[in-house]
Amino acid sequence: MSFTVRKDEPKGVVVVGVDGQLIVGNRHDLKKKVLDALDAGDRGFVIDFTATGYIDSSGLGVLVSLAKKIRELDGDLRLAGLNRDLRTLFELTKLDTLFTIMDSAEEAVAAF
Amino acid sequence: MTAPLRLVVRRRETAVLEGPGRNVEISIRVPTDLDVVEEAVDLVARHCLASGVPPRAARFVMRVVLCEALANAILYGNQLDPSKRVDVRVEVDAAAVTLHVRDEGAGFDPTTIPDPTASDRIDADKGRGLFLIRQLVDEVRFNDRGNAICMILHRA
Repeated sequence: MSFTVRKDEPKGVVVVGVDGQLIVGNRHDLKKKVLDALDAGDRGFVIDFTATGYIDSSGLGVLVSLAKKIRELDGDLRLAGLNRDLRTLFELTKLDTLFTIMDSAEEAVAAF
Repeated sequence: MTAPLRLVVRRRETAVLEGPGRNVEISIRVPTDLDVVEEAVDLVARHCLASGVPPRAARFVMRVVLCEALANAILYGNQLDPSKRVDVRVEVDAAAVTLHVRDEGAGFDPTTIPDPTASDRIDADKGRGLFLIRQLVDEVRFNDRGNAICMILHRA
């Protein structure tokens, strides 16, 4: 499991790919990567779940926490690439009402 | 350094059940270490898949609920005490997949956990684990002490 971080230019959107799981054992790694970019001045973020197996409630909690921090600084966090199972987790917990969820990272970046 | 995880698999043949490997018990003792949760979940899920558990259950539902139960056991049950362990036992038969997770903590009252989808809790950073388990499996039971959870996925 790992996270890949790239900046999509010219919009300067930070795209973080979750390769594997986003769970209790690695949630802090994702949080640190996003907060580091936030500290560096980035304000547009996309988390890409195209290569993600599953997410647990700790992972969902980190996304909520990051979204709140980013919005406090007038930024935006969007989610992309969720398969049917992963999308179900957001629907069950009603977190689909808190996040902008796009089909692909490209689409999410283009909408900034 | 944490010792490698060791999975124990017992297979029982019965005259009533049809098909090989349908009556299987898988057990694993997990240290109180959040870094091993993913490996433990993967080990158990892969053996369940090989034992005839439907692919979606083994690849997704089982992984999510086992991950939740293990994280709760390590964080809230054993309270990160490295001297304690979490015991996982999975029974696979023709009717159901039953997952048991037991920690060494004092237990808790599951009826006290608030609904994380309530409007005043929807943006909370935590508190969705047990809710997700209840949503994803068919039955959830606790022992009286509240330190062991049993999660049942019916196969029909």
